Amino acid sequence: MSRPRRELRRVVGVEGCGPYALVRVDRGTIDPGDPGQFFMLEAPGRVLPRPMSLCLAPRGELAFLLDPIGPGTRALAALGPGDHIHVLGPLGNGFRLDVPRPLLVGGGIGVAPLPYLAEALERPPAVLGFRTQKHAEAAALIPNAEVVIDPVLVTDVMPADRDVLACGPEPMLEAVRALVPAAQLAWEAPKACGYGACYGCAVEIDGELKRLCVEGPVLCNS
Amino acid sequence: MQLLNASGCLDALTAPDIARALDAFVTKTITPEPRDGNSPVRIAETDSGMLNAIGLANPGRERFLSSTLPQLRALGVPLWVSVGGFAAHEYAETCARLDGVTIELNLSCPNVDEAPQSAAEIVRACRAATTNPLYAKVSPHAWDMGETVRALEAAGADGLSMVNTLRGAALDARLRPKLARGSGGYSGPAIKPVALAAVLAARRATDLPIVGMGGVTSGRDALELIACGATHVALGTVLFSDPDAPSRVHRELVEESLQLGFADPEGAFCAALDPVVTMEN
Repeated sequence: MSRPRRELRRVVGVEGCGPYALVRVDRGTIDPGDPGQFFMLEAPGRVLPRPMSLCLAPRGELAFLLDPIGPGTRALAALGPGDHIHVLGPLGNGFRLDVPRPLLVGGGIGVAPLPYLAEALERPPAVLGFRTQKHAEAAALIPNAEVVIDPVLVTDVMPADRDVLACGPEPMLEAVRALVPAAQLAWEAPKACGYGACYGCAVEIDGELKRLCVEGPVLCNS
Repeated sequence: MQLLNASGCLDALTAPDIARALDAFVTKTITPEPRDGNSPVRIAETDSGMLNAIGLANPGRERFLSSTLPQLRALGVPLWVSVGGFAAHEYAETCARLDGVTIELNLSCPNVDEAPQSAAEIVRACRAATTNPLYAKVSPHAWDMGETVRALEAAGADGLSMVNTLRGAALDARLRPKLARGSGGYSGPAIKPVALAAVLAARRATDLPIVGMGGVTSGRDALELIACGATHVALGTVLFSDPDAPSRVHRELVEESLQLGFADPEGAFCAALDPVVTMEN
């Protein structure tokens, strides 16, 4: 298996998107990969890089949507045009795109991979849930989206008989899976490396603890 | 001087190109029985290091010997196998089944219960079971490092790996431990001074080879360990942030040595053991 190279990339800009930040970097020769795959982004001043799924791949760029809630994500959100960070990716396994009736489901910052996924699937319908109206501003990145705000849940409004591709907080993914057992779900776990070295991102898969960065982050029962 | 990875910081089968950039690959610790490891959350970053509580996740001795080890041998990289257990005889039984590798005894994992025997007793049992080169991985928590390494040498160790992680904990915003296990092994740049002091103390007590490790992120860091008496250097946490660290640290190590007037990195060996006293007017 060939490993993607870690490259130093120039930051094009950082834009606000509700409470979130969209970090845009110069793509160079980096392959944007499949929707749902992720990249390890150097967080300036921190010991470990941060895993971020690709949000958008505009011409010549890679864009990552993040929620600046900790020291690493805040350092990334504080980047400015002309700064440089190391980027490693694409990593992991993304969504399978060979689905006849796709429905994108996202919750909170879990909507991050959906814009790139929506592009690849030619703008399928989407259902997005957010905590507040402010957070819901991120829905502008995703076409054909129905938006619900807490306490309404995505599972309250999800249409039936669809091939669900979902990313969001764990309780949301569990609830989606209960309704649609064959859904493709993108999970999250703390990662130190993103390429199978640290064993930090272990999650229970088929009754065993396995590395999410190697087996996922997109997992599917079927 | 060889550059290795610290045990548990690289999976050579997932990233063979990184393993091949090292002079030797050290496996994750192998225990007699398979282990899933500890429940998540198993890692957390701190301001100047990281905590892990992986808990020796590994396929167990039998699957390692029948499946993993042949695949590792096919990589063509010299192998060190990290051996763990929960009693001296468990370590020794694994050692007896290994050939053509260097063995590193993990005597100091902070994330599992310890064997009831002392580190020296475990080394003695393993020495009786194998003629392979036998390294003892030392805890940085030893009160008297000189006494500890002399006991390991007397028990039959051919070399020392030092240091393992320190035990540490970190709390989240709501004052709960970030790691599910509560505490874990602390590694990264923060522990470099601990590693330097441990290697210095060990070198004053023994002539055994020492693999120095703990917070190495640059060639300069590696050279400092050599100056304290390390004969080899291992990379740990830095591999997580920079998979290209082996070739980079190799290159920087040579450059840094030349800049300081040494023909090669070995020229700096033990340079820190004979401090020159300077008097400033």
